[in-house]
Amino acid sequence: MKDVRIAGVGLTKFGNLPDRTGRDLFAEAALAAREDAGVSRDDYERIYYGNFMGELAEQQGHQGPVMAEAAGLECPATRFEQACASAGVAFRQAVQTIRSGGADVVLAGGMERMNNLGTAKVTQSLAIAADELFEVRAGVTFPGAYALMARAYFNEFGGDTEDLAHIAVKNHANAMPNEYAQFHREITLDDAMESAVVADPLRLYDACPITDGASAIVLVSDDYAEEHGLDAPVTVTGTGQGGDKAALQDRKYLARTPAATKAADEAYADAGISPDDVDVAEVHDCFTIAEVLALESLGLYEHGEGIGAAARGETTRDGDLPVNLSGGLKAKGHPVGATGTAQLVEMTKLLRGDHANSDAVSDAQIGITHNAGGTVSSAVVHVLEVMD
Amino acid sequence: MANTGYDEWMAAIGDGEGYYLGCPDGHGSLPPRRTCPHCGASELTEEPLPETGEVVTFTEVHVPAPNFADEAPYVTAVVSFGAVKLTGVVRDMPNDEVELGTEVTADTDVNATTGEQLLVFRPADA
Ligand SMILES: [Zn+2]
Repeated sequence: MKDVRIAGVGLTKFGNLPDRTGRDLFAEAALAAREDAGVSRDDYERIYYGNFMGELAEQQGHQGPVMAEAAGLECPATRFEQACASAGVAFRQAVQTIRSGGADVVLAGGMERMNNLGTAKVTQSLAIAADELFEVRAGVTFPGAYALMARAYFNEFGGDTEDLAHIAVKNHANAMPNEYAQFHREITLDDAMESAVVADPLRLYDACPITDGASAIVLVSDDYAEEHGLDAPVTVTGTGQGGDKAALQDRKYLARTPAATKAADEAYADAGISPDDVDVAEVHDCFTIAEVLALESLGLYEHGEGIGAAARGETTRDGDLPVNLSGGLKAKGHPVGATGTAQLVEMTKLLRGDHANSDAVSDAQIGITHNAGGTVSSAVVHVLEVMD
Repeated sequence: MANTGYDEWMAAIGDGEGYYLGCPDGHGSLPPRRTCPHCGASELTEEPLPETGEVVTFTEVHVPAPNFADEAPYVTAVVSFGAVKLTGVVRDMPNDEVELGTEVTADTDVNATTGEQLLVFRPADA
């Protein structure tokens, strides 16, 4: 099996960019990744691209070829749709293709254009990640689904909305120096706890914003990196994916996300690490409660213990295990189909030392990313390690 | 748009003759199904839905999708009926009186925004 290295990464600025086309957003991220990698154009063999709602936002299906053109490449391009985990599964496919010898150079990434739809249509569009017959028709919105999980969590394990507010405050603070983040605004506990209720018990500041943006990563085989003398210090040592029932009502647990546990167990075993070895994590905090569920499902905290991690200062910038130093989906933004590889871009830079927040984790060797689809009916986990 | 299997099931709920699909191992699921999502068994039989269920989680939605524009704020709840849980909108009681453990019955109503059939829960003691 071939080792897989990250040769280059690229992002657009995340934000409210309603007038920019999806192809232009992806072009910016892909060209940035290509420039960072320094790989010859002719050597790209595959593009794996994540996108969730392009048919709704731009009436554009069949986006693979469109995005290959945008990236300036002539190679087969395939789109992956797995709701908010679209780019995470695209990246995983790239890892598996290179490991199996199917290619030496793959561009993985994702894009989402959302703000051009307006809030109501975005709310409607995001809801299609839920079960149409049994959830969407029963009034379940994307925030509503996580609100159902939050209430179940409070009931089973305790914790309250103030604990969640600490997570929002932390992630907003982390986004401050991140030039790619949507928000550069510190918030207080009061700001979070006094914001408008979206779906009780979740408020506006418990939710990620509506974001336009793209991300891209150039993955290469170890052999290719050696042959071409690439500077590619970060290796993908673990990959895992898990699934669960589509609708919350069909799940065994309402306050746990076993799909993420399955993905993490597979990724840890693949990398030969345990949760104790993780130095830094980027997790899928589409809502504050989602960060809690992630920390616990990834084995970083016992069930019921993750809710207070931010309040106790353990997952803050200066804590033992900084989580979402990028600002997370909460403050960096969540262009749905781009998020999985955006997390991996941020983690790569944190580990390489060229991230705005790298100084918070200057000794970090091992980072993990956790990307979830829907109410974590899909989950993808990756382990990245810096090779000395 | 017709959805064979689902439409008949919703009609049965509305007629007070609700059912779920049971497998030989006692798992429950909802139609249309050809196999038990929990164990893969293919011998599914229609079992009567218990008269009442208990709210296991709920949310009061203030920002609705367009298909619920005329309903907000409304309470969506997940209710356990034993072998299956159902998701629906709580009717006939004030939103702030819904609690975990509230006993409800399942029924159908019309979604005022879309005109589609909507699964609803009504207080069991009403
Ligand atoms: Zn079964």
